[in-house]
Amino acid sequence: MVFRQAAWDEALLRDLSRPGRVGYVPPLPIGEETDLSLPGGLLRDSVELPSLTELQVVRHFVRLSQMNYSVDTGMYPLGSCTMKFNPKLDDRVASNPRLEGAHPYQHADGVQGILSALWEVSEALARVAGMDRVSLLPAAGAQGEFAGVLMMKKYHEVHGAASRTEIIIPDSAHGTNPASAAMAGLDVITVPSDSRGMVDLDRLKGLVGPRTAGMMMTVPNTLGLFERDVLKISELVHKGGGLMYYDGANMNAILGRVRPGDLGFDVVHMNIHKTFSTPHGGGGPGAGPVGVKSFLADYLPVPLLEKKGGRLAWRRDLPHTIGHLKGGYGNTGVLVRALAYLLTLGPGGLADVSGQAVLASNYLLKKLSREHYAVPFAQGTPRKHEFVVSAKPIARRGGSALKVSKALLDEGVHSPTVYFPLIVEEALMVEPTESEPLENLDRFAESMNAIARTAMEEPAKLENLPKKSSIGNLDEARASHPLTLKLTWKRKGPGQ
Amino acid sequence: MKSYSHLLPNEASLQDMLKEIGISSLDDLYSDIPAEYVLKAPVDVPGPLTQMEVERHMAQKLASVSSHPESPCFLGGGVWPHYIPAAVGLIASRSEFYTAYTPYQPEISQGVLQALFEYQSMVCDLTGTDAANASMYDWPTAAAEAARMAVRVSRRKDVLVASSAGFERRKVMETYLSAIGSRVRQVPFDGRTGLTDIAEMERLMSEDVAAVYVEQPNFFGAVETSVREMADMVHSKGSLFIVGVEPTSLGLLRPPGEYGADLVVGEGQPLGIPMNYGGPSLGIFAARGDLAFIRQMPGRIIGQTTEKGTDRKGYVMVLQSREQHIRREKATSNICTNQALMAVMAAAYLALLGPDGLRRLSRTITSNAHHVAKRIGEGGRYAAPFFDSEFYCDFTFSARGRVAKGSEIHSALASRGVHGALPMGWFYPELEDVALMSVTEAHVASDVDRLLSALAEAP
Repeated sequence: MVFRQAAWDEALLRDLSRPGRVGYVPPLPIGEETDLSLPGGLLRDSVELPSLTELQVVRHFVRLSQMNYSVDTGMYPLGSCTMKFNPKLDDRVASNPRLEGAHPYQHADGVQGILSALWEVSEALARVAGMDRVSLLPAAGAQGEFAGVLMMKKYHEVHGAASRTEIIIPDSAHGTNPASAAMAGLDVITVPSDSRGMVDLDRLKGLVGPRTAGMMMTVPNTLGLFERDVLKISELVHKGGGLMYYDGANMNAILGRVRPGDLGFDVVHMNIHKTFSTPHGGGGPGAGPVGVKSFLADYLPVPLLEKKGGRLAWRRDLPHTIGHLKGGYGNTGVLVRALAYLLTLGPGGLADVSGQAVLASNYLLKKLSREHYAVPFAQGTPRKHEFVVSAKPIARRGGSALKVSKALLDEGVHSPTVYFPLIVEEALMVEPTESEPLENLDRFAESMNAIARTAMEEPAKLENLPKKSSIGNLDEARASHPLTLKLTWKRKGPGQ
Repeated sequence: MKSYSHLLPNEASLQDMLKEIGISSLDDLYSDIPAEYVLKAPVDVPGPLTQMEVERHMAQKLASVSSHPESPCFLGGGVWPHYIPAAVGLIASRSEFYTAYTPYQPEISQGVLQALFEYQSMVCDLTGTDAANASMYDWPTAAAEAARMAVRVSRRKDVLVASSAGFERRKVMETYLSAIGSRVRQVPFDGRTGLTDIAEMERLMSEDVAAVYVEQPNFFGAVETSVREMADMVHSKGSLFIVGVEPTSLGLLRPPGEYGADLVVGEGQPLGIPMNYGGPSLGIFAARGDLAFIRQMPGRIIGQTTEKGTDRKGYVMVLQSREQHIRREKATSNICTNQALMAVMAAAYLALLGPDGLRRLSRTITSNAHHVAKRIGEGGRYAAPFFDSEFYCDFTFSARGRVAKGSEIHSALASRGVHGALPMGWFYPELEDVALMSVTEAHVASDVDRLLSALAEAP
């Protein structure tokens, strides 16, 4: 594919600045001009921001945007991130001025329409997950995890089992799982994967005990494999007195087909910016609603939306609540996009989405496994929405997953996730999603295979790629080295 | 054709794809899932609707919502109505920014990386700090992460929080700190001025105190006058000083880094981000100090570097060994998805304002807030401000010579299509008769007239 990314030598705003310029003039006061009556020590001497006109600012950021790859630019098969197409309708719905101009402390009577949208999305999510109650508060998946494990911890405290402080997490889990558990003050116990790439049931048996608070699982797991023993695992953990947490990062695989609530999970978080198609914003915002079975409903974070006699209001006095998690009520602007998406799909559409995502994933796996990429674990078992191949065979010839990923960029395609999960050497984790047309899947497979052939035959050709991007390989060592670290446009950084 | 067929390009290619895989039906791809796990009937959710139906459904819901500026909003306290310049909207709607993921591949993601580097730089300029991260979820979580960082760095366990700080900030800090067995202790404020009691703060200091958190201006809009003395006292006890800010105030107020703040957090929503009923907003997080200290920061941090083998400047995520995807349970935070797009919007907003625009904005907000406070007080029914202190943007008021709960005034205003008078009794039982008003540049004279006539009819 012919691909050339824009390559503006775009200076920093500070270097474009000329004194006296302004890009936006705020309104003048309604009444008389008033100064803060304060001693000089409390007032600032000068403001250091750059001075630019509106044209300069617009041109600067438009040029920057042209140097940014996105789903709207091209294929983005970044495993575990579910970079599906973000329907434009959802953005239009969310940019409603009545929503944008609503304040979180407003009287509930004036925002019943927003609350009704939030209620609809929480109800729909509860049904999709097979949970009884959903809190929309968490701002991201990791915050949903934090809320979830805090609820598990509090549940044990309330039931006289404060000594249950261990969370069991598979070695294939996302890094946020152990990080969230540690943030909640819990101890992380890692359970290894077995030769099938699934949780090692025998090893798990030895880990569940009187200190077990619960277990966090991603189903399907990060290898794209459905954890076949999940019900046995739930029973084992429950019998041992622990609770089960479902990490919804991979929910796009089972949407509308399998519900975590039916697999024995007590707490679930969902990544709205993955499964429910809201845009990732170059790193955020997202939303990570957390759902629970009814016995945990009193532990949810506050405020919690409640419906009484047709009127919706926020409740803050839940008996066992883990407390406040963030300001406001969640990322409302993101959540209404999810509602638009859910309404678009309906019951049948949910299952069609997961089916098409899994179809695309297995189609690509077939095409990639024919030549030089190795398929770790469970050959012949269908993958779900994503799969992992290993570049180990080409690494023997001097190639690597990293080199494959950089060569792909020159094909106008975003790289798969590399070197994750940690249990696969030279891992390339591919998630095509349901949105990518077949011809793009084919082109991606051709590119991947051609790169592998090059790696086997002429490995030198894969050095110093990409060349068609805005910039070539960056000096990462210099970027993080204490002597050269530069975190702002000030002349000297903290290390110097 | 299904009403959602525009989202599923390969339904017509099903047979070809199945053939390539070597199976006969899509169900075969789910053959590894035990049958008892699989739903027998579709999930009971509404839909499917066509695009037009979805749009009608949502528009109908939101049509009844009472919003600024049609119903003027004089609420603040953590989220504020501001005018958003058109250029910010254009920049935020560039889908190259908003449909990208976290910039894991820097060569093709220079746009968002440079924008975030510029955001960090401007945050440091504004706050007088050395480093900022690329965003936290919002002010409350930024404050909570700052407190946890202080606990980590100092190896002490308690955090003192000014009770004049915002309710949500204090509550979220409690959630995040109690998770690791840390205590939050409140420092009272002076009943006359609404300012944090520095003598009481000093009395509460001990060798267990990791940090002290104060807001400038505080939740009452009151400008704390002893911040430098607080910083000196806190440092003399070996603790860290964390300051929470509303960023437009920094057009006039001294940057916290200049009076001794080690960590500065705040709400970035005023910087060009719609209120959106409270989210998504933008958590500001910045630090002053050496590299060892900065290495304890949570979140994504962008740094400048060069292209290998040339002098061309480029941008990458740096110090990633602090983060969850590398350090797992030993990470400085679990944060992954953040509020990057909001940080880009804030960068655009600050670049548009520049130093002259920001000063103009801060002065207009100061003037408007004082103008409205004066007019509320003029009628004789209310005392404004309630606290005897200089204030910025937000100020307190109370009924004069009669009993009127803040919550009653709040409701009376709302029923007249004006939003304001945040009842302080919700957060401080002793302030049941006090309410908080917020005035920004986003208010015009007729908004103020509507507020005053609604107040004249309130209890």
